[in-house]
Amino acid sequence: MAAPVVSPPEAGQDGPQRRTDPGLRHRLAERGIDSHLLLLVPAIVFIIGLFVYPFLYGLGLSFQPQQGGSPFADYQRFFSDPYQRDTIWKTLGLAIPAALLNVLASVPIAYRMRGRFRGKRLLMIVLVVPITLGTVLTAEGLLNFLGPAGWFNRTLISLGLADEPVQLINNYWGVFFSLIITGFPFAFLLISSYLSGIDPSLERAAATLGAGWWDRFRHITFPLLMPGLATTFCLTFVLAFSVFPSAILVGNPAGETRVISIAAYQAAYEQYDYPMASTIAMIMGAVELLVIALVLLWRSRFYTGATGGKG
Amino acid sequence: MTSFSTLHLRGVGRRFGKHDALADLDLEIGKGEFIALLGPSGCGKSTALNCLAGLLPLTAGSIWQDDTRIDVLPPEKRGFGMVFQNYALFPHLSVRRNVAFGLRMRRVSKPELNRRTDEAIRLVRLEEHAHKLPGQLSGGQQQRVAIARAIVLEPSLVLMDEPLSNLDAKLRLEMRTEIRRLHQSLGLTTVYVTHDQEEALSLADRLVVLRDGRVQQIGTPEQLHTRPANWHVADFMGYRNLLPCTAGARSGEAVAVEGDGLRLLASPVGDLPEGAAAVAAVRPEDVTVTEGSPAGPNRIEATVEVVEYQGRELAVEARTAGGTRLHIRTGRRLAPGDEVVLDIAVERLLAFAQQYTARAGEPADTAGRPVLAGQETA
Repeated sequence: MAAPVVSPPEAGQDGPQRRTDPGLRHRLAERGIDSHLLLLVPAIVFIIGLFVYPFLYGLGLSFQPQQGGSPFADYQRFFSDPYQRDTIWKTLGLAIPAALLNVLASVPIAYRMRGRFRGKRLLMIVLVVPITLGTVLTAEGLLNFLGPAGWFNRTLISLGLADEPVQLINNYWGVFFSLIITGFPFAFLLISSYLSGIDPSLERAAATLGAGWWDRFRHITFPLLMPGLATTFCLTFVLAFSVFPSAILVGNPAGETRVISIAAYQAAYEQYDYPMASTIAMIMGAVELLVIALVLLWRSRFYTGATGGKG
Repeated sequence: MTSFSTLHLRGVGRRFGKHDALADLDLEIGKGEFIALLGPSGCGKSTALNCLAGLLPLTAGSIWQDDTRIDVLPPEKRGFGMVFQNYALFPHLSVRRNVAFGLRMRRVSKPELNRRTDEAIRLVRLEEHAHKLPGQLSGGQQQRVAIARAIVLEPSLVLMDEPLSNLDAKLRLEMRTEIRRLHQSLGLTTVYVTHDQEEALSLADRLVVLRDGRVQQIGTPEQLHTRPANWHVADFMGYRNLLPCTAGARSGEAVAVEGDGLRLLASPVGDLPEGAAAVAAVRPEDVTVTEGSPAGPNRIEATVEVVEYQGRELAVEARTAGGTRLHIRTGRRLAPGDEVVLDIAVERLLAFAQQYTARAGEPADTAGRPVLAGQETA
């Protein structure tokens, strides 16, 4: 306190800064602005360079149709052509059931896999390994396994359950199975972590209050898990909605599995109509956002606070 | 709920791998009784409670409710209420729905459900918080919700697992009175787990002291307080001075003990043959600071080392010439460095056999908390 009196602030080394800096820095830090923000720079550069700019570029492109006309001409063309328009329903028809099944199948398995038991690690690896395989390998496997001469059909026929091979590839089901195989581990891992975030003593408390396992699940675990299920559904839905390789490899890309990403691909690389391809990409994003918005709106009706577990 | 006249635990045991968390627990609980399971952490008291609740299957023994064997029933079929240490309130349900949960599960009719829920909420004085979520309540209020949720079913037995351990000191005292009040007004049979001897003494009709999964003593608060069965129980009951010594000759009711330069006369508890390793135990408040030369046989000269102010009394730590540290409570104003002469009434100095720590290959202080007073100085 005595120092400024002896020598004027300007005379001291960085005197004036010393007087203003702590106050300003402190006030900024209170608002979350400090040097740690620099850690975000790489991420921001990355997002601007690889997401924001291409997105805005594509959005702009979609309003500049090759054939001229109004800025919305490509959007009108897409929605007036049933062959194009139907890709939305075909994709939704694949992605929503696949995402739902992934989520619903994960719940009981993740529920059972809580706690410790012998062989848990091995089972976990088996359940999660498909995530590492990639869609092409999965498609190869499906072609061999579910194909007309594959093990599955041969087993069916030798058991007398079918007279002729069941068509399970190069159609809707092939793509559906592929989406399950690649999407399930993802959903399972997410739901497992949501489940471990729920304090196990809640279920024990419910048990001492007379709730059997089904009531415990229905009234306690499930409502607390619901927000996690909604989030997991959104993520697996987005993965499934952008399905492309398996729709071609194990689907029927000219017919029932002509998904929206195939339409965009054809516009861009077969007709070289980039504005149209951008338009389709924008529509694809809009549909995804719409579905996610609906799910999150529904999710907001549930309790989303702390659930007391180890998270 | 089905009521009972006695609940029998017969040789109840629970093993985890090769470790006996609880062994040979025999206990008879009468209707309306308040039993406290007391012991240090890891003594098996929570295991015992979870076994009673049905949350943990037994590995030995059986539990009988009158003539019905209940250890084979799942928790939801036992009809016991339980208050968990972390309360385990359902975070997504309001206070009211938390309290009503058990009634809903039992398909109680709507009017009765409403009446009983209101009554339970009123009993724990949470009327104005009934619509809130547990996360919006303070610790003490959450605790009361947990109690209301357990007692609304009028369970034949209420189990409480250290329900006050997450509260601050003042609230703990208030809730203790609350629990006692509820027990007295409702007459609910209660088994209460705690590591706090004061809590156990003030609440329970009978105490069960556990250590290493085994019962050390079962008795009324007074029995345990004045006549602990072994030095571990004594240690737990506030006998802070535990002096390792050797038993000497008997003279009438008293026994001579000797250790670290002290020769004292003590009251023997249990079998204590001459020459046996022993532990002499006395509470800080039973060590008196004499004014002049005492006539008693247990005269000890010591130097005051540490003084803690505790309101009306001081907690003093004094050291004898032989190096033994003694804890004293006294109303006299002492200061570090003062030379004092102490006295202990013969009937207040209990002598126990030390055998308990003499298990093969195990140092005296690994299993239990106490490091004996004499060993500290060694």
